[in-house]
Amino acid sequence: MEYTLPEQFEEFADARKAGFLRVKGLKEQGGKVAGVFCTFTPTEILDAAGFVSVSLCGMSDETIPAAESHLPKNMCPLIKSSYGFALTDKCPYTYFSDLIVGETTCDGKKKMYEMLNDIKPTYILHLPQGYDSDPVTIWTNELRRFIKFLEEKFNVTITDEMLRDAARKRNIQRQTHLKLMELQKQCPPPLGGMQMYATMEGVGFVFTHEERVAKLNALRESVETNADKNQFAGAKRIMVTGCPIGGVLGKTVKAIEASGGVVVCFENCSGIKAAYQMVDTEAEDIVKAIAERYLQIGCSVMTPNKERMKMIPKLVEEYKVDGIVEVDLQACTPYCTETFKVKQLADSLNIPYLAVETDYSQSDSGQLSTRMEAFLEML
Amino acid sequence: MKYFIGIDIGSTCAKTIVMDENKQIVHRLLQPTGWSSVDTAQAIYAKLEEMGINMKEANVVATGYGRISVPYADKCVTEITCHGRGTCFVYGSQDLTVIDIGGQDTKLISVEAGMVKDFIMNDKCSAGTGRFLEVMANTLGLRPEELCQLAAQGSGVSISSMCTVFAESEVISLIGRGEPKQNIAFAVVDSIVKKVASQAGRLTLGKTVCLTGGLCEFDYLCESLGKKLNVTVNTNPDGRYAGAIGAALSAMNVRK
Ligand code: SF4
Ligand code: SF4
Repeated sequence: MEYTLPEQFEEFADARKAGFLRVKGLKEQGGKVAGVFCTFTPTEILDAAGFVSVSLCGMSDETIPAAESHLPKNMCPLIKSSYGFALTDKCPYTYFSDLIVGETTCDGKKKMYEMLNDIKPTYILHLPQGYDSDPVTIWTNELRRFIKFLEEKFNVTITDEMLRDAARKRNIQRQTHLKLMELQKQCPPPLGGMQMYATMEGVGFVFTHEERVAKLNALRESVETNADKNQFAGAKRIMVTGCPIGGVLGKTVKAIEASGGVVVCFENCSGIKAAYQMVDTEAEDIVKAIAERYLQIGCSVMTPNKERMKMIPKLVEEYKVDGIVEVDLQACTPYCTETFKVKQLADSLNIPYLAVETDYSQSDSGQLSTRMEAFLEML
Repeated sequence: MKYFIGIDIGSTCAKTIVMDENKQIVHRLLQPTGWSSVDTAQAIYAKLEEMGINMKEANVVATGYGRISVPYADKCVTEITCHGRGTCFVYGSQDLTVIDIGGQDTKLISVEAGMVKDFIMNDKCSAGTGRFLEVMANTLGLRPEELCQLAAQGSGVSISSMCTVFAESEVISLIGRGEPKQNIAFAVVDSIVKKVASQAGRLTLGKTVCLTGGLCEFDYLCESLGKKLNVTVNTNPDGRYAGAIGAALSAMNVRK
């Protein structure tokens, strides 16, 4: 099948052009692309249906002005940026995706998905947002509905065995990723948070199971043998928690590491939050087992968010954390509100805690680095 | 004689403190930051030399948002740490809460045993800062200190908007309505106090609360802040130098 490139393709920078050509190639060889936004997306199901799942989370302010022609100004930059990429055809993965999969997480995303559906077919999974009224049954039913939809719409068959196989592979990927991140438990840690994050991001765009595992293993081995073990000797050990931070790394993680700290642990999505829990692949009902795995994610859209409150103390101990920095995106109601509870938790652990709220612009970078510096001077 | 110099380049004023090795303050300098903190830093250097201080010998620590513009500083320390240290020095206590209302931001710092334990800074917004007061005073045709004095006689009016731009238009419409100036002044101070108090809600206030920064000599502001927070707010003429004093104290630990 032939695929066309977006109209303004020739105006794109080389890296972006290369991205478009790569995904176009993937599609022309018969690949199907699912655009996803969230750690709750049950990737096992997409794997079993033969999709490549790619994160479409917008991490740059480039497309925000375009998005603001449809979306409110006072909204999380991740949502605006993501929508902006879809609107302007600037992201190859959004542009070539056969399907976008969203979940009912925060209000902003829910409403954005409705509008996204006018640009690209968007399927919504209804995520239960608490633990009181049998979320496992609700979420399992949602996953079954999704399986049925994929089978009918894309003319595929998804068997339990395929799901089990996908879950086994995803578990291996998660474990391998976790092992890489766990290198940071060493004192001093072999890597800086910036370096670690870059490796995590890179792996997101490697699409086959074998390649991904090989790459993660290779990374770990190279860190074990090559990293300068003393580059962060004496640095204060920081855990970062909060919203997805791919779009604000420079103002936060880099600033921490420029002020005598080192990020040893990312509790966020694309860090621990996405890799910690495994699917019970031996369970009788594999769909239910997948559902159970995802319900253990400690995201603030859950109320109350007991999993995060359990995870933070555990990580503080395992990674010997000296201070917690919460990085939240502006106008993210769930996370910004939860800072109050996280602060109480940090106080009870006797661990200093700093929360900052920021967006994708550079206007507050001076202020933010002062805060990071002051926080580190305090430790 | 060896000198220890702290330079605090804030958004509106640059403060310099010169200490001798017995921690005696021997000089205080105050000047507007102007549009270039690099030029300000150079001017301070020249001035200190002129006063007979051997700048090559002296230990210099810079702080404040312009701290990186002081090329001759031996070290930069953030204003949070310096304000904490300097306030302890000025008030002779090791356990206190600092409220610093600066030109561009407001900071609350809690200090225990002489060490910063926790702090809060306002986000991208000028509500509850010196800048807010300045803009409102301007609109009323007053100097900031006059506004604060006048506010003591006012009552009964409030400004609801926290945003400087919207609050300014509220003030203009109050003027248009013929509201007496002292009542508007009251509303302005009240708005700052409310904003600072709501920030303070996120921090455990110590027994001793000290105001620093350029507004600390405005008695009525201190008084209403104290009422709102239910504590006595201490002030001191050296309060506006707290950051520079903290920097000078840090300079004592610098090894050259
Ligand atoms: S923070 Fe929550 S809603 Fe956002 S991507 Fe992660 S799991 Fe999804
Ligand atoms: S960061 Fe917050 S507001 Fe933004 S998408 Fe995630 S949960 Fe929603």
